Amino acid sequence: MRDFPDWIRFPVADRVDLAMRWVLTNMGWFFDWVGDVGLQILIAVERSLLFIPWWLAVIGVGVLAWRAIGSKRSGIAMAILLFMVGAFGYWTHAMNTLSVVIVAVAFSITLGIPLGILMAWNNSVRNVLTPILDAMQTMPSFVYLIPALMLFGLGRVPATFATVIYAIPPVIRLTNVGIREVPPAVIEASTAFGADRWNLLFDVQLPLARPSIMVGVNQTTMMALAMVVIGSMIGNRGLGMEVLLAINRVNIGQGFEAGISIVFLAIIIDRITTAFARAKKVEAATGEDTETEASEEAQKESSKSISDSSDLAG
Amino acid sequence: MQAAPLNPSDSQIAVRAHGIWKVFGRNPERVLEPKYRDLPKKELQRRTGCVVGLRDVNLEVKAGELFVLMGLSGSGKSTMIRTLLRLVEPTSGTLHVDGKDVGAMSHKELLEFRRNLVSMVFQGYGLLPHYTVLENAAYGLRLRRDEKGERVARAMEALKMVGLGGWENYYPASLSGGMQQRVGLARALAKNPDILLMDEPFSGLDPLIRRQMQDELVDLQGDIGKTIIFVTHDLPEALKLGDRIAIMRDGQVIQVADPEEILSNPFDEYVRAFTRDASPARVFTASTVMEEPEMLLYRWQGPLTARTEMEHQKREWSFVVDRKRIYLGVATRDVIERLAKEKRATVEKDDLQYLEPVKPDVIIEDLFGLVSSGSYPLPVTDDQGRLLGVVRPRAILNALSTEEDDA
Repeated sequence: MRDFPDWIRFPVADRVDLAMRWVLTNMGWFFDWVGDVGLQILIAVERSLLFIPWWLAVIGVGVLAWRAIGSKRSGIAMAILLFMVGAFGYWTHAMNTLSVVIVAVAFSITLGIPLGILMAWNNSVRNVLTPILDAMQTMPSFVYLIPALMLFGLGRVPATFATVIYAIPPVIRLTNVGIREVPPAVIEASTAFGADRWNLLFDVQLPLARPSIMVGVNQTTMMALAMVVIGSMIGNRGLGMEVLLAINRVNIGQGFEAGISIVFLAIIIDRITTAFARAKKVEAATGEDTETEASEEAQKESSKSISDSSDLAG
Repeated sequence: MQAAPLNPSDSQIAVRAHGIWKVFGRNPERVLEPKYRDLPKKELQRRTGCVVGLRDVNLEVKAGELFVLMGLSGSGKSTMIRTLLRLVEPTSGTLHVDGKDVGAMSHKELLEFRRNLVSMVFQGYGLLPHYTVLENAAYGLRLRRDEKGERVARAMEALKMVGLGGWENYYPASLSGGMQQRVGLARALAKNPDILLMDEPFSGLDPLIRRQMQDELVDLQGDIGKTIIFVTHDLPEALKLGDRIAIMRDGQVIQVADPEEILSNPFDEYVRAFTRDASPARVFTASTVMEEPEMLLYRWQGPLTARTEMEHQKREWSFVVDRKRIYLGVATRDVIERLAKEKRATVEKDDLQYLEPVKPDVIIEDLFGLVSSGSYPLPVTDDQGRLLGVVRPRAILNALSTEEDDA
């Protein structure tokens, strides 16, 4: 009596399979096309990264970090971290990983910011999107791999696709929060002077939401990096594959080297993007109250994704 | 009480509101049905769940007039001024501004109307924090797509008019509240509107700044002769600024009259309650008569500096404040001389004579005894103990005599 009765069953799994099969038979050509274009872009980005001589990249990252963070020591530290990745023998793998991260983040931003704006403008859109975003972030990330695999086959394209799904929620959420946190007094005053919806968006809402959006972009990047190991399960090479190989061979040393390389990349990207977000803020010298509030709210909103990405970074 | 509606195109009338209702809640229109419309506010809320913000408001504002809407919070004055720009959509009634039917405007016409004819100044300033003072002042002009050179020239002119010449490239966050509100005023004036709406523009400011801004507004009104609709909850402010005053309560206008008539012939108990104590000694508070102290010493200044400064300004005493302008006491020349002889580095609180300060909202009547008893002016401090200003006997006498002339 205590067990759930056998005769009550709603087999959703069958339906999902059915839908997936339908998509494959009827829209296969579309995904093939997307896959081809995606692959070209990924390869182009990777080639450009590998085209840069390693020493120039190390120095470049050092200078960039120095300018962005504003301390020479941080600049040197970041350069050393990148040098270490090369010294472990993972330079090519790291550039491969980076190309997936760059493409996934670029795609997440171009899709995520407009979605966040729609979400802030319209409560119905928000009510529909919120549970979807929750699901995207809570669903074990391996689950994305199956449809990605079926749509795009093996390789880096499905890995990028899965990474976008996993990493896009923070930028959407934080764009929404940032825009909603814009003080109503500023909106009202601008409206009184004859601002229409687009004036409000570009003159008021996006500039005031920028700190929050930048936090979102930063977190999206971190989550994309965290997805790299999982993406390697469907054939993406790079650092993730090295970790995976090390796991299979119970090779602790190699696993540590590859893992720590991912951590180093994460630290470099995080410090530089965070510093850029902050530098823009100081440069704007804007109303400090509203901005700190916004970013506090942003931190709260995204605590979930922080804890998510820390699983893999740790 | 309300005048018969005039022809809306009458050039003497800048703003005409007729039968304006604003009901907040679900299906607000049904409140206008006969079975509901005369119910008192609470009864109506219980039966329909709707809250009445404005109830059959009729107003006429003449061109060039400074018209004050006055009432306590919740009386509907802020809602009313917002309906003029349709920042709040009225539930029913007609609105004519400059002879144009605002309620009938399409979205596009409404944008044009807001961009050209009417400006508004807000209590919370509503400045764009990422724009400089100049960009803020020019924002209204940018929205209506004036040419860039034209925009800058007019915004600069408006900034000069409000006394902010030289501040163009600062950001609002680095300005004091009073200066931010000047930027708000410059933004409103830059587009040279026919009508200026001001929603408690000075309520957030320190009393001294506030009085100064009121004086400047009166001057400005004399110079440019705009129609101004000014919302306030403060009777002295209304009496000082208004050519005519409309008193609002529970969303209704209950009396429209010039200041003198409001005082001498209040319409009902509600208005009388405002004005009962309108003998200047009871209406005016320490904040209305206080002035800047002639001289201030800072605690961290040593006795030698203090002595030099006193000699320089030929004064026998001074108020002393600390870094945050917290009031500490009075230092006389004798004390400073003694400290200088003892070679002390700083002036400490124990060295000072402590004159009990008053709060800014104390009415003048209660100040009589205090002012006459001492040989120093009265220090006025806020809740944190910061020195806001001083009250001198002469200022009190001036306030009393001028106001009695007016009444």
